[in-house]
Amino acid sequence: MFNTALTWNDLVFLAQGAGMTLMVTAVSVAAGTVLGIVFGLIRVQCGPYWSAPLTFALDVFRSVPLLIQLVLGNALQSIMKLGWPPFTTSCVVLSLYTAAYCTEIVRGGIGAVPPTTRRAARSLGMTWWQDMRYIVAPLATRVSLPSWIGLTLGVMKDSALVLWLGLIELLRASQILVTRLQEPLFILLICGAIYFIISFPIARLGGYLEKRWSPND
Amino acid sequence: MIEIENVHKSFGELKVLKGINLTVDKGEVLTVIGGSGSGKSTLLTCINGLEPIDSGRIVVDGTDVHARGTDLNKLRRKIGIVFQQWNAFPHLTVLENVMLAPRKVLGLSKAEAEEIAVKQLTHVGLAEKLSVYPNRMSGGQQQRMAIARALAMSPEYMLFDEVTSALDPMLVGEVLDTLRMLASEGMTMICVTHEMKFAREVSDRVAFFHQGIMAEIAAPEQLFDAPQHPETKKFLAATH
Repeated sequence: MFNTALTWNDLVFLAQGAGMTLMVTAVSVAAGTVLGIVFGLIRVQCGPYWSAPLTFALDVFRSVPLLIQLVLGNALQSIMKLGWPPFTTSCVVLSLYTAAYCTEIVRGGIGAVPPTTRRAARSLGMTWWQDMRYIVAPLATRVSLPSWIGLTLGVMKDSALVLWLGLIELLRASQILVTRLQEPLFILLICGAIYFIISFPIARLGGYLEKRWSPND
Repeated sequence: MIEIENVHKSFGELKVLKGINLTVDKGEVLTVIGGSGSGKSTLLTCINGLEPIDSGRIVVDGTDVHARGTDLNKLRRKIGIVFQQWNAFPHLTVLENVMLAPRKVLGLSKAEAEEIAVKQLTHVGLAEKLSVYPNRMSGGQQQRMAIARALAMSPEYMLFDEVTSALDPMLVGEVLDTLRMLASEGMTMICVTHEMKFAREVSDRVAFFHQGIMAEIAAPEQLFDAPQHPETKKFLAATH
């Protein structure tokens, strides 16, 4: 029969790790999305020439592996004597990483709104801001949502790398249990199941919103 | 009154308008005809300030449209424009499409904007479609919605840019009927069109554009029955 040394307290320990994963993801995705919207607008409005330095910086964040970014980010905050705890450093690095991808999603979403639709809005006397707020934002959101959901799910899984900065998130919590209990397959199975449980509602929410909006488009 | 004085406009090397002079009085219906690429549509977007001009002046009720310091957003409230493609806002219902600008641009309350929107949609025969999304309507219905959307801003001038060109021939009639109704109500209109019968019927004057120049302008009977310019004759012969 199946025997395991896993206790209720160990499951609570994993749940706490999952809580940390969710917290890091929520903060990073929220901050990264806000930054991504700002950077995306700058890229659209300023054109390729003036936004070239920003584009280059974001390309760096998209090209360098996240693990290297986390290690360098931690070293930099230490050199600059910022005194950030691992949670803050992790969230800052992951936010910039998320923003780099989100910028392209936002840029693509805005670009997908037909110029003629925007022209119709401006011809009615709407200001640039009103056009953005009432026409571009809702239409671009519909286009961008699937990519944004994919990015969020990706960041949630990538957040496992913050274990290198000493944060005990879901994967690190599983590792600790594997080391102690020597039941790697069983514990990683539970870990994977928890990742699925916290990812699934986000994926479904995306599907629900897409379905809700699609009859009108 | 719309005064157009020696207006030039280029897109890169391509000269689209080459010194247009034209005056449109209040209450007048001016129809602009001409071949593709003759500058008809560009002129409309320049009047509305959607396209800058290279030189010349366009003055609407004493306001120079392209002068530095002109509040174009304010000016556009009095110059409605409807395009070939109706450009409905697909995420909004028909009623919301028409209510949006009165609410956000004119600052009207929801009830006031709704009253105006319902009135204009009824005017163009879409009273039954208030809660429908644009993609559920025909091209003709969407174009009439676009007309109602422009009219909801209570413009003093309406510009129509080939509003029937993208429509199925079966749907052209309903849009032209709407324009006829507006003309009979005394709306000042500049219509760019390929519908010669319509132009003859509703216009006070008809202008013929050819390669960025206004080759001829006259009363419809004169322009259609006794055109003076050789290009006008050639164009009318080709369209008959």
